[in-house]
Amino acid sequence: MDMIELFHVMLLSFLIVCALAVAHLRDLLSAVIVFAAYSLIMAIVWQQLNAPDIAMTEAAMGAGITTLLFMVTISKTRRREQ
Amino acid sequence: MDDVVLQTVTLMLLPFIQTYGIYIMVNGHLTPGGGFAGGAVLGISLILYALTFHVDEAAKVYPRRKAEALESLGALVFIFIGLLGVLGGAAFLTNNTSFLSGQAGTLLGGGFILPVTVAVGLKVASTVVTLFFHLLEEEKR
Repeated sequence: MDMIELFHVMLLSFLIVCALAVAHLRDLLSAVIVFAAYSLIMAIVWQQLNAPDIAMTEAAMGAGITTLLFMVTISKTRRREQ
Repeated sequence: MDDVVLQTVTLMLLPFIQTYGIYIMVNGHLTPGGGFAGGAVLGISLILYALTFHVDEAAKVYPRRKAEALESLGALVFIFIGLLGVLGGAAFLTNNTSFLSGQAGTLLGGGFILPVTVAVGLKVASTVVTLFFHLLEEEKR
């Protein structure tokens, strides 16, 4: 396995770990932060798939605006999942 | 939140974020990115200002009425430029390279693409900010 394949395996396994963590976390604020990390990894994956346009949009929308809107929603409601 | 470190770093970062957003927007026809990505980055910079200072402070710099007006203006400019192609006897959004007719591959060589991208960017930036303000002010009504 050469270096770039190792990098891809690391990215994808981190992606899976992040996705599972978002589903399992009971603290919604932590879930939102992990989801931002998921978006950031996803942006790098898009870039590795030769789609820099989508990567840019994913970094701006996924890690930026979605996180902000979720945070505002949490501040309006409860932080813990019941 | 009156954290001095946060506010100082935000004030130092804001020009760079906004320059990057405008760069993505204006170079939409040359490099990856375009109106949507650039507008999102611009909108995020304004939300960052609203978060580190106060929302009322940000509403002074960027009033909601102005944001809504800019949003409509972006859509109107887009439709107007699209209709210019129809007036010329072709399909909607037909490009005319005699407008901004620089050398192809340079910033001013894309015809109608540059104004269309800037219009889309303005609309996306104001939409993001308006979305944020609306969500925050939901409770006050």
